[in-house]
Amino acid sequence: MRKLVAAHTTEAVLFAVIIAISIVLSFATERFFTLGNAFDLLNISAVNIIFAVGLLVVLIAGGIDISFAVAASVVQYVTALLLERIGGGGWVSGLLIAGSAGIGLGLINAFLILRFRIISIVATIATFNVYFGLLMFFTRGVSIYNLPDWLTTRVIVYEREMADGSWAEITLPVVVMAVCVAVTWLFITRTTTGRQLYAFGDNPEGARRFGINIGAMQFIAFGWLGMMAGIAGLMQAHYAQEVVPNALYGRELDVLAAVVLGGARLGGGKGTVLGCVLGVLLVSITQNGLNLMGVSPFAFKMIVGAIILVAITLSSARLENLLPMRTRKGDDR
Amino acid sequence: MDMTTAPGEDARPILSLRNINMTFGGVRALKNVSFEVMPGEVHCLAGENGSGKSTLIKVITGVYRPAAGAEIVFDGAAVSSMTPGIAQSLGIQVIWQDLALFPEMTVAENIAFQTLSGARPRFVRYPAIRKIAEDALARLGVTLDVDRPLKDFAIAQRQIVAIARALVGEARIVFMDEPTASLTQSETDHLLAIVHTLSASGVAVVFVSHRLAEVLEISSRLTVLRDGALVGVYPVEGMTQSRITELMTGRTFDQSVRAHDISRNPVVLSVQGLSRPGEFRDISFELRRGETLGITGLLGSGRTELALTLFGMRQPAAGTITLEGKAVRFASNRQAIAAGVAYLSEDRLALGLNQPQSIADNLVMASLNRILSGRLISPTKKRALVSRWIADLGVKIGQQEDAISTLSGGNQQRVAIAKWLATDPKVLILDSPTVGVDVGARAGIFEIVARLAEAGLAIILISDEVPEVYFNADRVLHMEKGRMAGWHDPRATTLKDIEAAVYA
Amino acid sequence: MNALATRFNAIFGADMAGPFAALAAVLIVFGLASPQFFTAATFGSVAFQLPELGILTLAMLLPILTGGLNLAITFTANMAGLTLAWVLQANGGADAGPGAFLLGSLLALGVGAASGLVMGLVIAFTRAHPILVSLSMMIFLRGLGEFLTRGGDISGFPGFIAPIGHGSLLGIPVPLLILIACVLACHVLLSRSKLGFSTYMIGSNIESARYSGINTRKVLVLVYMLSGAIAAVAGIIMLARFNSVRIGHGESYLLITVLACFLGGINPFGGFGRVLPVFVALVVLQLLSSGLNLLGANQHLATAVWGILLIVVMVLRWASAKFIKLTK
Repeated sequence: MRKLVAAHTTEAVLFAVIIAISIVLSFATERFFTLGNAFDLLNISAVNIIFAVGLLVVLIAGGIDISFAVAASVVQYVTALLLERIGGGGWVSGLLIAGSAGIGLGLINAFLILRFRIISIVATIATFNVYFGLLMFFTRGVSIYNLPDWLTTRVIVYEREMADGSWAEITLPVVVMAVCVAVTWLFITRTTTGRQLYAFGDNPEGARRFGINIGAMQFIAFGWLGMMAGIAGLMQAHYAQEVVPNALYGRELDVLAAVVLGGARLGGGKGTVLGCVLGVLLVSITQNGLNLMGVSPFAFKMIVGAIILVAITLSSARLENLLPMRTRKGDDR
Repeated sequence: MDMTTAPGEDARPILSLRNINMTFGGVRALKNVSFEVMPGEVHCLAGENGSGKSTLIKVITGVYRPAAGAEIVFDGAAVSSMTPGIAQSLGIQVIWQDLALFPEMTVAENIAFQTLSGARPRFVRYPAIRKIAEDALARLGVTLDVDRPLKDFAIAQRQIVAIARALVGEARIVFMDEPTASLTQSETDHLLAIVHTLSASGVAVVFVSHRLAEVLEISSRLTVLRDGALVGVYPVEGMTQSRITELMTGRTFDQSVRAHDISRNPVVLSVQGLSRPGEFRDISFELRRGETLGITGLLGSGRTELALTLFGMRQPAAGTITLEGKAVRFASNRQAIAAGVAYLSEDRLALGLNQPQSIADNLVMASLNRILSGRLISPTKKRALVSRWIADLGVKIGQQEDAISTLSGGNQQRVAIAKWLATDPKVLILDSPTVGVDVGARAGIFEIVARLAEAGLAIILISDEVPEVYFNADRVLHMEKGRMAGWHDPRATTLKDIEAAVYA
Repeated sequence: MNALATRFNAIFGADMAGPFAALAAVLIVFGLASPQFFTAATFGSVAFQLPELGILTLAMLLPILTGGLNLAITFTANMAGLTLAWVLQANGGADAGPGAFLLGSLLALGVGAASGLVMGLVIAFTRAHPILVSLSMMIFLRGLGEFLTRGGDISGFPGFIAPIGHGSLLGIPVPLLILIACVLACHVLLSRSKLGFSTYMIGSNIESARYSGINTRKVLVLVYMLSGAIAAVAGIIMLARFNSVRIGHGESYLLITVLACFLGGINPFGGFGRVLPVFVALVVLQLLSSGLNLLGANQHLATAVWGILLIVVMVLRWASAKFIKLTK
């Protein structure tokens, strides 16, 4: 057990913080520690968690992607239009279309990065502008409300009536999220390709000398994120029951912050699915708790931002490092 | 070219290369090189930096593809196009100089990485990986916690992991690229024992090392490269250190002891009882004007840590530093520089110079205050300062604005020295100034050192190559495990005696 | 031709070639496509739209040169604007005097520098990744601003402020003058001052800079403070131009500033790049958007074209590097 904690410090700390916050909130509010609220939290977080595990794969491979959230918006539009064209479709065709469209957009990033040696932040900032600009241009900023019925109908997978008469429900996005999380975990920890992604992110030159296909790594990582972004886009449309072209604009940075809070490293080679999920949950729980405590919603973001800032500061700081005149051992090598 | 007979003349080479040519951006890195390794032999591949050793290894392992016409024959079968995958399946393994390990992954995954590579996705079987790793470590007689990430381990242990990785999967021939560069003597001895074991079990080992003493001790044959071309293949028996240096550089050197009596010069720097827990203890010495004080000792002797403390980058826990009669306590290296202490880092690539930046910017980096006019940097003063030092130290450059990384190791080191001389120091600490400098260019560096001492500068010369301090210092301090182990006077002792004391 | 190229490089620097080529291309294409392109109206609109983006880009440029990034610039600008707005409101709103404006502007610059100070300290002392530090600062400032304004606008400022956003001096728009002053100041700072020199050195190798006696922590803190203060200047101009302050104003500029830096040849990893090519790149971006506007397209298409332009420039750089390698 101690070994487990030592090997997953970030996750352990995050978990402890979440437990601590939860305990406080359980005493401070009546509603926090209820099944209904727990399920709500999952329902709200599902889309971000799907984004997060996708982004995690790119971060592990040493890249970064700014474009995935607007790519998801593009996917929403493409999927809605295609579904209309094929006469409605269903969950299977919807997921297939969204997933493939997402993969396509992700592969564009990988192609630019690989073929022209553009570093990922430059390439994806460019595609961010291209995707978003073209989306707003062609849609003229108009939202789609007449989505197929199957897409806008809430799918409740599990429900239970609570003592106070309210219903605790788990909806479809949560199940999809769970599948995405499980598959991503399986992929990056239990397949050789997943381990190669870690190795590539950790030491690209070392990986190259082992004959690992660098191109394949980029395409797989960005393709994976594209797929997750596509699925998340569809889930968000389902949840919101509409497609608004700029609904996900700006989401990329929130997700990035949560993933890195979960221990992933910009630069590659590090990060776990568990940490990533905990990172998103910490942010959601904080917002949820503040909400229940009756704090003004305008203050949420401020407090969340402060928490992330403090968390990043503390997790990067070693105490001796904060003292100006001391240098870390091995620092001078 | 003189070819000699390999041990077991009728044996077939395990690996044979012919007509290897390799060009990078117009520069021919390998010119018509041939290379042969016999089964089970310990072969040494020697050459200066940039002579093509590493390139050759990368061709053999398929990282680089040689120009058309190349022939690679492994165990009697021609290999038409080598890839890292094919090299591994043939049993060609490399322990790279930079180890090429994955710090965030576990020891087990690092050692059994071969089972993780390959294009087809498969599921990872962790118990099998752990077993492979433990077996490989057992072969080396080492136990490590294979489930911990590699980054938890020190460099020597990482080296062992790299060796263990090379032993996985039926190695037939193992290349070791400068394997001892970061090891202490006892660790090196352990490594050499492993090499013997490997060789006895029929695995050929190709040793690439810059420590020539080891070359003589361990190999049976020696292949020398110079400027990307083959100089020759020689039996090690009867080979001397100076002969190998000659072969590598194509020049002859004769060295004499430079030490002279400086005991009447005034003291510049005095250190009393300096200590830092875990690094060094109770260091006391005096450094005089015009003196070159040599400090030698193995890795872990605390010499670099001592230098960094004198340079103000670390603070002593106990003891005093007196500079020109005044007790000093540096809170940072900025104060040390201002007081007249300069430190040339042993790690020129990462710390000593700012590789991507220009020659001029590197040279003025530590003495910006000297090129100000008003509050702004004066381009005229900057150019003048740079030109003066470039001329003074005989640095061969194209344009002042060229990146410093375009210069050779020797010229880079001259710029690094010039950077510190421009600060007008009283004490100059040179930490391993010949690391990454070609054998042929080292003499030039030491000529500069001698000239500076002549002009009155007090110099501390740190090196783990005993001959360097023996020939170039006035006195030699031997450090061991953070303590002062002894003083040597080059005029009164022989090189052998000091080496015996240091490597004991 | 070759001699011409050599002379061009000698006068402007090799990194100006790309932005100038793009500028020429934009002028020619739109000049041919639209007869109204070469009119005072076009250049007038460019001159008034350029400054906000331009000044924010300078705020982004400095941290990128150190190998970092400041994602908090737009909200820092908002917070600075808010500070000024409050000081004006507290001193009579529309009737506030120049003294209040001066005080408010100083406080606004102080607020901007303070946000930079916090980020700089965290980055310098903990070595946390600047993207994360500035990202969390951005989320915090956005939240703080929304909390304080409840998502609304603050408006009603004295009339004498308007010229800062709309006025002209000797026929040159005042905001453009402010931008040009900032560009020149940054240019001198980077090319001639010790701080600028240290910024480049830190950007390409912070450890070697530290070993050479550069106070890397101080430089990092100063750079982020400066970045925050420059963002505050943009915030003041935005207040004057819109005659109101709202958290979220100029939010869409954030990633455009990064784009402009890369377009202007700033090395994404830091250590290399100059202000003037970035300035030309900014002019190109603005001309593109104005030109497209004339052709009947909207800002969104311009955004997409900006992205495409960045890709094209990066591809051309890749191709020319390849070409140089081949001809060597």
